[in-house]
Amino acid sequence: MSEIVKKNLSEIIDLIKKKEIKSEELANLYIDKVNKSKKLNSYITTCFEHTIQKSKEFDKKPNLNTLLPGVPLAVKDLFCTNGFKTTAGSKMLENFIPQYESTVTENLWKEGAILLGKLNCDEYAMGSSNETSYFGNVINPIAKDTVPGGSSGGSASALAADLTPATIGTDTGGSIRQPASFTGTVGLKPTYGLCSRWGIVAFASSLDQAGPMTKSVKDCSIMLEAMAGFDKKDSTSIEKKKENYSKNLKTDIKGLKIGIPKEYRVENMPKEIDELWNKGKSILKDLGADIIDISLPHTKYALPTYYIVAPAEASSNLARYDGVKYGYRSSKGNDLIEMYENTRSEGFGDEVKRRILIGTYVLSSGYYDAYYLKAQKVRQLIKKDFDENFGKVDAILTPSTPSSAFKIGEKTNDPISMYLNDIFTVPVNLAGLPAISVPAGLDKKGFPLGLQLIGKTLDEQNILNVAYAFEKNCNFKNEIKNWWL
Amino acid sequence: MSIDKDKIKHISKLARISIDSKKSNSLAKDLTSIFKFIEQLNELNTDKVEPLSSILNTPLRSREDQINDGKIRNKILENSPKKNEEFFVVPKVIE
Repeated sequence: MSEIVKKNLSEIIDLIKKKEIKSEELANLYIDKVNKSKKLNSYITTCFEHTIQKSKEFDKKPNLNTLLPGVPLAVKDLFCTNGFKTTAGSKMLENFIPQYESTVTENLWKEGAILLGKLNCDEYAMGSSNETSYFGNVINPIAKDTVPGGSSGGSASALAADLTPATIGTDTGGSIRQPASFTGTVGLKPTYGLCSRWGIVAFASSLDQAGPMTKSVKDCSIMLEAMAGFDKKDSTSIEKKKENYSKNLKTDIKGLKIGIPKEYRVENMPKEIDELWNKGKSILKDLGADIIDISLPHTKYALPTYYIVAPAEASSNLARYDGVKYGYRSSKGNDLIEMYENTRSEGFGDEVKRRILIGTYVLSSGYYDAYYLKAQKVRQLIKKDFDENFGKVDAILTPSTPSSAFKIGEKTNDPISMYLNDIFTVPVNLAGLPAISVPAGLDKKGFPLGLQLIGKTLDEQNILNVAYAFEKNCNFKNEIKNWWL
Repeated sequence: MSIDKDKIKHISKLARISIDSKKSNSLAKDLTSIFKFIEQLNELNTDKVEPLSSILNTPLRSREDQINDGKIRNKILENSPKKNEEFFVVPKVIE
């Protein structure tokens, strides 16, 4: 197996720019490994003919003045790709072929990247272990029978297994950062509005954000630079100038104030995670940062708030799947209403139905004030917690997850224990802030654990810099042994 | 709030998802525990708090109502599970 696929994205870009490898050769190396790695189930769809054709076109007339020249990339199967199946991990969209391209993927292709395939994910991005996908569980390359996290589980698994040099996911409550933490990779959720949501299968529109998943912080800055940008087709897209995150990346964090929120030290958190958090603090302190204890008093209410807001928005967004315009349609039913009911019953999986029902209930007549309005008010309090502290600190350091990757089937019977996975990631989505998960160490099983850096609105450069400095001084090494080959 | 089978029947009707009675038992159990979890929010007094519906401070941008991507009827029909020439086909709604 070629060593080249193990390289970081930035190293691969250098090889192409120095003409030491052709785009087509590179594509073939990844295709070869993807073909030998079906056990991981990280890809739903491959499009290798397209990949080879595009890489040949690139090699004939290479444009090296782009961010991702001739680089093959696979993306989460939640991004609409023109002419290539986009399933969202659901039976409902098993045969859906978009007739248009999502803005974020379009941005990647404009920067020279080439589509390799579509990566498995929890159904409609609802899940924290990639066990809700209609197309089956994804395996974490760290160990057999272990989940990669979710919902961007296929993305994290493919990245860690060297089946794509970098990738993109979406993060509604932690779906980029939690799988990144579980696979020893880097994942960033940008500020709400930085990356366009146009052409992404919608889950919860006030929380959904696309972001990069990579093997290094530098790679992350390159990918973010490529995908971000104003888009008039997304009414919540932020109008601002493009930033050069990769060029402006620096390790000098002297004098930065890093907040440590006491509420993130939760009950029953494994000692290893606490130790890792302390390690993170001392690394940043040694680099000249000031470590400051802070309080985010409403942290414990973030998950209950999320489980009102996200299902409410999901129930509304998923009302469009009616078996008429696109998607699955049941053959049973005597009239239109029965056709709808059977289509949605047969087309959606259990977790999606559960969330649609929660959402329908909290928005229903008589319950709206008690649940939905209440949640919106608590969301305000959670955001205020952050606003008040960002006067005092420049970034916040927390663990990314309350545990390392768990076994397949371990949490599927208890929705609440599954939801608790996102306890450290959800507050950030509710407040619309950017946050990055960086690998920080291994637990005693040898499974990776990540730390999360939370930034102010549109302060991606700052958290990338802190993460970059941290990465350089942490000496994390992922131990993936290619056992599935 | 305890969710029983009748409530599941009511919500699933609103959500247009048919649920068989075996499933509705396990759903009632799951939803009861989820609502118990959600109702932690009642510990907080939020009488004087403004609800937050969008984290962006600016109002949503709107555009002129102009046709700018017309002539895509066939593309739109492309993914329809049942169509007849230029129409989506649904079960009969008028007797």
